[in-house]
Amino acid sequence: MQGQGRSAATLADAMTSIWPQLEPLLNRVERPARYIGCEDGCVVPPHDPAHVAWLLVYPDAYEVGLPNQGLQILYEILNERDDAEAERAYAPWTDLEGLLRQHGLPLFSVDTHRPATEFDVIAFNLSAELVYTNVLNCIDLAGIAVRSAERGEGDALVLAGGHCTYNPEPLADFVDAFVLGDGEEVVGEINAVLARHRNPATGVTARPDVLADLARIDGVYVPALYEARFEDGALVGIAPTHPDAPATVEKRTIVDLAEFPYPRRQLVPLTEVVHDRLNVEVFRGCTRGCRFCQAGMITRPVRERPFDQVRDMVVEGLARTGYDEVALTSLSTADFSGVDRLVGEIMASPAASDRVSVSLPSLRVDAFTVKVAADIQKGRRTGLTFAPEAGTWRLRQVINKLIREEDLYSAVDAAFSQGWRRVKLYFLVGLPTETDEDTLGIAELAANCVAIGQRHQRGASVTVSVGGFVPKPFTPFQWFGQNTVAELQRKVNLLRDATRRMRGVQLKWHDPRATLVEGIMSRGDRRLGAVIESVWRRGGTFQEWSERFSLDLWLEAMAEAGLSVDWYAHRHRHEDEVFPWDHLSAGLHRDFLWQDWRDALDEVGLEDCRWTPCYDCGACTGYGLEHRVASAVPPAGGSQGTGQDLSSGAAVPVTLLARPATVAVPAGGPT
Amino acid sequence: MRLRLRYTKLGKVRFLSHRDLARVWERALRRAELPVASTQGFTPRPKLHFGLALSVGHESFAEYIDIDLDPERVGSFDLQDDGDDLRVRLSDLLPVGVDVDSIVLLADGEPSLQEIVTSCTWLLTFDRSAGELVARRSDELLAAPEIPVVRSRKGKEIAFDLRPNIVSLHMRHQADSSTLEAELGTQPRAVRPSELVAALSPDIEAVRVCRTAQWIAHDGDRREPVPSWVRTEVRTP
Repeated sequence: MQGQGRSAATLADAMTSIWPQLEPLLNRVERPARYIGCEDGCVVPPHDPAHVAWLLVYPDAYEVGLPNQGLQILYEILNERDDAEAERAYAPWTDLEGLLRQHGLPLFSVDTHRPATEFDVIAFNLSAELVYTNVLNCIDLAGIAVRSAERGEGDALVLAGGHCTYNPEPLADFVDAFVLGDGEEVVGEINAVLARHRNPATGVTARPDVLADLARIDGVYVPALYEARFEDGALVGIAPTHPDAPATVEKRTIVDLAEFPYPRRQLVPLTEVVHDRLNVEVFRGCTRGCRFCQAGMITRPVRERPFDQVRDMVVEGLARTGYDEVALTSLSTADFSGVDRLVGEIMASPAASDRVSVSLPSLRVDAFTVKVAADIQKGRRTGLTFAPEAGTWRLRQVINKLIREEDLYSAVDAAFSQGWRRVKLYFLVGLPTETDEDTLGIAELAANCVAIGQRHQRGASVTVSVGGFVPKPFTPFQWFGQNTVAELQRKVNLLRDATRRMRGVQLKWHDPRATLVEGIMSRGDRRLGAVIESVWRRGGTFQEWSERFSLDLWLEAMAEAGLSVDWYAHRHRHEDEVFPWDHLSAGLHRDFLWQDWRDALDEVGLEDCRWTPCYDCGACTGYGLEHRVASAVPPAGGSQGTGQDLSSGAAVPVTLLARPATVAVPAGGPT
Repeated sequence: MRLRLRYTKLGKVRFLSHRDLARVWERALRRAELPVASTQGFTPRPKLHFGLALSVGHESFAEYIDIDLDPERVGSFDLQDDGDDLRVRLSDLLPVGVDVDSIVLLADGEPSLQEIVTSCTWLLTFDRSAGELVARRSDELLAAPEIPVVRSRKGKEIAFDLRPNIVSLHMRHQADSSTLEAELGTQPRAVRPSELVAALSPDIEAVRVCRTAQWIAHDGDRREPVPSWVRTEVRTP
């Protein structure tokens, strides 16, 4: 494969590439290795005029974007097709951007340094609201108009996917089509439409026809074919203006992860990136039902990858990449059926030898999980992270994160006794119904965890990481008014004062000003397009980066557009509020979400529906799907969210569950 | 048991940092299943020893890495039989532009690269328009008794004399570029090509910088850190 890559690279270099012009500029920028490509797994597709050419863009710096698994999956799926070719681009850092503009050079792919102007499609991954200005910057650097309406024949189509597309309205003026949900299947259907409308000489033509055909694909939302109506400063509805555009766009869901063992050849970067390790997705979806968590709501139902496939992907991936770390990714990996047997088999495989460590992001808070973690982290035991999210049991019932204090303490006790020296705890502030008692409960939990740790190690420490809560679309908290910057800061200050004299407790917090901008965008409507454009025109790129973030730019732009920050971010919504995403569907019934919001306010927790009767949230029944889990019973020792097994986590059951056939959760009415 | 490998860093990969390349090597060696020795302790690392760092953006035909093998796992590995196979396999596992061209077994107690390398040969390519200036200034530098320069290190300005470490300078003019071949000393402190360029003139910039050899002074002569007879092909930059 490597050998093929070499000859292909020579071939491609002879074709269109801006490398000769780019090369001298790279001596003058920071971290030039961001721009060279050459990763193991990098595809150098033959540039065939008959192919639809995709430029897949992660609109942030290379070291943040490269590991994105969604982008890598689509990259492989497209390049396996014989009518498509896909390359990757990342937002050039400001130093290179300046040089590109000065020398009249466009955005380029890192694979062959092909200019963005030569692609038919520019497709963005939208993982966070603060990258929106980078999206505009990348479109502009690609040499086309940022506003869809100003683009014409022969210009690239701009597409976007990723979690932020569940409220795409703030970007409706700039993006031609959004894709909701899993991209594995729909990307091929989109390619087929583009191929049909494509002329090898002039690219994709007849834009209006293309957009209409795209709108006919399930899961594709073409904002130009919808009208957003406002009355008295409020949205009153978004409705199609074109016969081909559906009144409701439903998300796409792949039924069986086993059919998509991607990435098959995960990219191995040559320079340091975040999450620089082998990543294998063990399941998609989560039904823990944490009410603040958008990912858990919009990715339902749970679809586990078959045990054997996970093991093979890990073993082959380690051998192919030479990585010494593999992460088993999902929204709650300890819930994977037979997770302890899985990690046991991985650790015993020759590919793992004695050097490989397995990491489980998003650890469940219980001693069982710590035991699994202890089995696999033979070497480094520096830090272990748990996310209780709220400081009191009352508030954790509100948010449906059903971790009891004893669960946390037994997990922390197990961690320190197993040799970990630092435990990191994640919390949110600004949650619905939160009182100062709840906030200060965070400090109390931290102090108790340090005390437990010091029974095992004198230097035991706890890092408390606090983020401001942003209400998200398609969650029960979508009706909740976000806390103001001042209120979030006041809560952070309460914690700062409370933990100041606590030995062994370090407090870190996310900038509440950035939280505000995320909040405006998260539930905002089309009118925010002017705000995003204004911030971008004033140089407000890379807003995810604290050294680049500027709240003033956003506030000025909001004021200029005559829009109220309060109205967008801080206002509590009424039951019959018209949301900017009401014409989109993640499969969740609105009355389920509303009932869940009422339950939250009543401090009523809900059990995980993988192992209990269905609440009819809509995600399974609406699409005729079922959870695909290998175990009919909740995982051993885990109380979190299940409510079923509340035996204290300290006694860890180690007997393994046999793997029954896929179990269907009965589809019934709410209990 | 310690192996010494010579390899290239050419083309796009020249923008990798020293640290990046070290990690690339670690992964490639794991994939090659070479029984590399590890450090003891909480975070075992493979025992790899890199020679003089190469600045980001500079190319090289003569980078070196020393690799300690684990005597307990080295088994039947025989450099005589397996060396060329290993050389090809590693080149294939390493990124485009990083190719291993020779492997030797070091004698016990052989000093580290940093200790023994005494000079490096560099090719500095300039625009043809700067050729006359570079040629004239090269002659002046060679004729100067001393070349005082100031280098700032950790916020402190340190004055030193560049001249003793300029071993030789030779100019070659081509149709569209001019190339200065410079041998620069590395002891007690290596002179960087950028320092030579700055001493030549503050107004010029080398378009390309390439290390073509590292040298060990030896009995009034010099030799390379791997014997030249191991070379598998004649390399012309």
